[in-house]
Amino acid sequence: MKYVDEFRDGELAKNIAANIAREADPKRTYRLMEFCGGHTHAISRYGIADLLPANVRMIHGPGCPVCVLPIGRVDQAIRLAREHGVILCTYADTVRVPASDNLSLMRAKAKGADVRMIYSTQDALKVARDNPQREVVFLAIGFETTTPPTAVAIQQAAAEGLKNFSILCDHVLTPAAMHAILAVEGGVALDGFVGPAHVSTVIGSKPYEPFADDYGKPVVIAGFEPLDVMQAILMLVRQVNDGRAEVENEFTRAVTREGNLKAQQLVAEVFELRDMFEWRGLGSVPDSALKLRPKYAAFDAELKFRVDYVEVPDNKACECAAILRGQKRPQECKIFGTVCTPENPVGSCMVSSEGACAAHYSYGRFREVA
Amino acid sequence: MCLAIPARIEELTTPGNAIVNLGGVRKEISLALVDDAAVGEYVIVHVGYALQKLDREEAERTLEMFAEMGQLDELREELNT
Ligand code: SF4
Repeated sequence: MKYVDEFRDGELAKNIAANIAREADPKRTYRLMEFCGGHTHAISRYGIADLLPANVRMIHGPGCPVCVLPIGRVDQAIRLAREHGVILCTYADTVRVPASDNLSLMRAKAKGADVRMIYSTQDALKVARDNPQREVVFLAIGFETTTPPTAVAIQQAAAEGLKNFSILCDHVLTPAAMHAILAVEGGVALDGFVGPAHVSTVIGSKPYEPFADDYGKPVVIAGFEPLDVMQAILMLVRQVNDGRAEVENEFTRAVTREGNLKAQQLVAEVFELRDMFEWRGLGSVPDSALKLRPKYAAFDAELKFRVDYVEVPDNKACECAAILRGQKRPQECKIFGTVCTPENPVGSCMVSSEGACAAHYSYGRFREVA
Repeated sequence: MCLAIPARIEELTTPGNAIVNLGGVRKEISLALVDDAAVGEYVIVHVGYALQKLDREEAERTLEMFAEMGQLDELREELNT
C-alpha cells in the first residue's frame, strides 16, 4: 500500500529529525508527553526516540485503555463470568490484564468461564443472537474511539429487543485524563502534548483548547505514522521556542476542529457522565468516564447483575501507576523484563503493545545497553 | 487496541456496511458512524467501524509538506556550505 508507505519514508524522517536537532535549543529540555498508546507504539517501533536530540524527551502518557483499567474493573468482569455464568465478550488485549487472585480473564477462561474475544461490537451482538438462552455481557473499554461503536450496539440491541445482551461500561474520556495528569500532585513537568490521533477524529481538536489556553501547554494532534509523530514533535519544539501555547493539528487528513458530529451525537444519546471513576495510576477522577443513560438501564450489566465495583490495590512491585502519570520510565521498575514480561505481565502496562512497558520491552530494551 | 488503519472502501454491502481493503485483507465493516461514504474513499477503521473519512487531498498535502521540508533542508545545507 503506497498510501501508507509514504508516511513511513525513512529519508523524510531523517530530514525532520535534522530540523528538530537544529531548532531544539541545547540550553533547555523539551519534555513532551505522547498521551496516546498508539503514539507510544509508533515511537518505540520505529525508533523515533533515537532520532531525537538528548534534550527532547518523550514521556509516555496514560492513553492505552487496557493500561488504565484498574484491577477492580477486571475483577467485576471475572465475577460476571464465573459467578453469574454469562458469556463475557471483550476486545483481545483485555483478557490478559492481571486481576486479583492471580487471575485474568484468560485464566478464568482456562478454568471454565465462558470468555470470548471479539473484534467488533457487532460480533458481541451476534453472540447474543446466537445464544438466546444465555446472558451475554460485553466488557466495553476504551477511549472516545471505541465508545461510538458501543453506542451503535446498544441502540441496535434496543431496536431488536435483545433481552440477553448488556454491557459492563468502562469507557473513559481523554480530556479528563489530561486534566488529571496536569493536576497530579508533585506535578509532571511537561512542555507539551502530542495529542491523540483517532480519539481526535471523533472529538475534534476543540476539547484540547483549555490545555493551551488555561494551562499554557501546547498540543499538537498527530497521526500514528512515524512521520506524523516526528512532524508533531518539530511543531511542539517550535511552539516552545516561540513561547506559544496553541492547539495545532498535524493530522488534518482525518481531524477537524469539530470532529465526527454523528458519532458524538450517538454517544450523547446513549451515555452520560459518571460522577467518579477510578483509573489505574490517576486515582478517582470526577467526570472522567461514561455510564449508560437511565433509558438504557436494561443493558447495564452492573445494574442487571448487581456486581459492584470494589477497589483493589496494584501489585506492590508494579510501577504502572507512576508510569501512567509520566513520572517514571518502564526500565525504572525493578521487575521490568525479569518477572514482568509480555508473556507473563504483572502490571497492565506490559499487556498491550501500546502500553509503555510492552512497547519498551519489544522494541526499546536493547537500545539502553547499546 | 487503539491502532486503526486507513482502508479503502471497495464495495457497499447491506445497508450501512461496506467491504474495505485493509492492507490486502478484505473485511466487512460498519458505516454507522460516517455519512455518505462512497466506494473509492478512504476511511479510518477501528474495531470494525469506519470512524472518519480520510481526506485524500489533505493526505496528499501532508505528504507534500513532509517532502517540502526535505527540500528546504537541502536548500539550507547548500546555503550553509
Ligand atoms: S514492568 Fe510490569 S510491573 Fe513494572 S511497571 Fe511495567 S507493567 Fe508494571
